[in-house]
Amino acid sequence: MIQPASSLPAAHCAPLLTLPLRQKACIAGLTLPTEQRTRLMEMGLTPGAEVQIIRFAPLGDPIEIEVRGYRLSLRKREAEGIQVGGL
Amino acid sequence: MSATVTSSPTLRHIAIAGNPNCGKSTIFNALTGLRQKVGNYSGVTVEHKVGRFYGSHGEPMSLLDLPGNYSLQARSPDEAVARDVLLGRRPEEPRPDTVVAVVDATNLERNLYLVAQLLDLGLPTVVALNMVDMAERNGIRIDVKMLQEELGVPVIPVVATKGAGLVELKQILSREKFPAPTKRPPMPPAIEREARLLADRLPAAPEIAFPEALLLLSLHDRALEDLAEHDPAAVEATLAAQERLRAEGVDPLCSLVEARYQWIDGVCRRTVQRAETGLSLSDRLDRVLTHRVWGGLVFVAAMALMFFGIFIIAHAPMHWIDHGAHWASQWVTQHLPESNLRSLIADGAIPGVGGVTVFLPQILMLYFFLGLLEDSGYMARAAFMMDRIMAGVGLHGKSFIPLLSSFGCAVPGIMAARTVENHKDRLATILIAPLMTCPARLPVYTLMIAVLLPAASALTKAAILLALYLAGIVAAFGLAWVFKKTVLRSEKSMLLLELPPYRMPSLRSIGVRMVERTGTFLKRAGTVILAISILLWALAAFPKPDPQAKLSQAEALSQSYAGRLGRWIEPAIRPLGYDWKIGVGLISSFAAREVFVGTMAIVYNVEGDAHGADATLRDIMRAERRPDGTPVFTPLVCVSLMVFYVLAMQCLSTVVVVRRETNSWRWPLLQVGLLTTLAWLGAFAVYQGGQLLGFH
Repeated sequence: MIQPASSLPAAHCAPLLTLPLRQKACIAGLTLPTEQRTRLMEMGLTPGAEVQIIRFAPLGDPIEIEVRGYRLSLRKREAEGIQVGGL
Repeated sequence: MSATVTSSPTLRHIAIAGNPNCGKSTIFNALTGLRQKVGNYSGVTVEHKVGRFYGSHGEPMSLLDLPGNYSLQARSPDEAVARDVLLGRRPEEPRPDTVVAVVDATNLERNLYLVAQLLDLGLPTVVALNMVDMAERNGIRIDVKMLQEELGVPVIPVVATKGAGLVELKQILSREKFPAPTKRPPMPPAIEREARLLADRLPAAPEIAFPEALLLLSLHDRALEDLAEHDPAAVEATLAAQERLRAEGVDPLCSLVEARYQWIDGVCRRTVQRAETGLSLSDRLDRVLTHRVWGGLVFVAAMALMFFGIFIIAHAPMHWIDHGAHWASQWVTQHLPESNLRSLIADGAIPGVGGVTVFLPQILMLYFFLGLLEDSGYMARAAFMMDRIMAGVGLHGKSFIPLLSSFGCAVPGIMAARTVENHKDRLATILIAPLMTCPARLPVYTLMIAVLLPAASALTKAAILLALYLAGIVAAFGLAWVFKKTVLRSEKSMLLLELPPYRMPSLRSIGVRMVERTGTFLKRAGTVILAISILLWALAAFPKPDPQAKLSQAEALSQSYAGRLGRWIEPAIRPLGYDWKIGVGLISSFAAREVFVGTMAIVYNVEGDAHGADATLRDIMRAERRPDGTPVFTPLVCVSLMVFYVLAMQCLSTVVVVRRETNSWRWPLLQVGLLTTLAWLGAFAVYQGGQLLGFH
């Protein structure tokens, strides 16, 4: 079920959650179960799309990200599966 | 419900589709005004909204507001309905002959994803490019002509909240011959090939088979398993096609999504100019509104404002309605000759209808505040901030507002649960909402606290009340946790919450929604509540006492069916420490908790005579003795009764609204059964456990 949707070598990737706030990066791939992966991709989180973390909710989870010019909130559990590259 | 709208053969059927938050409903409301009919799609709790509007030459057109969705790849009942209508699969709606795709100009890229899917449907389509003013302000300039060329369909810039562009939209929809899209977004050749092959094997008409095949190809295994029951042949063909694609190195689920976004990237590069604007107003607001400290404070203040706003503003009109109903039944009693009919009207029908309409001011106010919260964008922030807490019991941040509203009244609270998209989360929210302590419990609590501790200070009484509120919350969260672990377990429910920029809400749009939803509530709930109130009235009024016997009201009640029922259930409630008189109170307050106090007053007036006319109900209850001379209302019985009222679902309006919101009797009946059982068990534990521990 779990497979990275990425063509980049793993060495150039880092988990999205390791990015500092408002640091832009490109999505390298999503290591998530198929269902969630396609859902996030349909929301615009496709490989190559620019993404940044805007803020954390007051209680630390979920997070707010910006992708394709809009704001999306997702829980850390899913965000952990987002790999970014091009740092 | 939509029969009159859809029957005419020449009527044009137009469907409005779009992402959530794109202003779809504002356009719908602006075009149709109050000429709309709201119902449910058969078998699901998805709102079916059709309206009528007139084209430039006065020709009537039927406009259907589809549920908002991000993709035709449906994941919720709402999204499935939108997809099925567009594919002509719903019995209550013919396949639309035109689609209005509403697109949020401030969020073009993601909005165009759904447009790409809509274009693949091959239906004549107009794109309504909404909120162009906001986009300009955010430094986004869209070349409309160029976009029109790129998409191959007409694009009309619109500012729905101000009515700008709606005339142009009407004009283009009035065109007799409407062109189908001239272009289709490109897709990977391997996907197109397999979709064509698969389409040939589907029974649907060719223009529907291709989009259907595209949707099938990108279904994941579990969805295909679910589908296999209905259509094993299609699923088998799909699995084979997916297998061939994988063998070629093409991911059937992701490659189409990626191809569509690549197309969108190109379209946007050629049509959109972005100026760097620095921090937007929305961002600056969010610095405060979702701040670790300030965010929390503003949130508490906003919720308090809403909560008290509903209460305080609705208080006076509720009072008038209550008095009006009271006055009406007195008038009937005075002006009609004594008969069963008079009693039915004065004691059954009028209080029954009054009991429903008394909620109207609260419901109107709730919808007003919810409309403000939703349309301004703050609702999404509330869910963002509360998600962590709600996630602890398996719920979603969006369940917070419905539960909070339920402290005011479970009826509007349950209606507010519509904002929870995930079906199972919504059901769990509805099921626990009645455990939030509503004001109808207060008369019961006040009476029982007074009986328990007549001399207690106000502070002690407040502390007990607070404990009862907390008990309700703990029970609700515990129950939610159990539900989410068992019957309402949803697979990997994940949070995907869009945080739209803050916007100035349109009062007109909120007003239309308030009127429309309140009307629906009245129509549906009113009839059922009326019927059940009449039943409860009959239980208390029959059999008629012999007029020669000159029985008091209390004696008549004790001989009525309700009184007999009280005796009949006595064995079941004796383990809780209650006698049959309390049983009558429980039965009569099934429709509304506060009735308990009134019934107790009637029941105890019988023995009350011996204690002097000015003895209050509290003192009479404290003095009440069992046949063996021990007091009836021992501290344990008082606590046991309070626990019973914390947990029991003694509210007919709630039952009816749950029936309406879940579209079946299954959930409200389960809920009543479950909460009554819980109440019994809780009261049992208090009474028996307390006795074991040596209390009395």
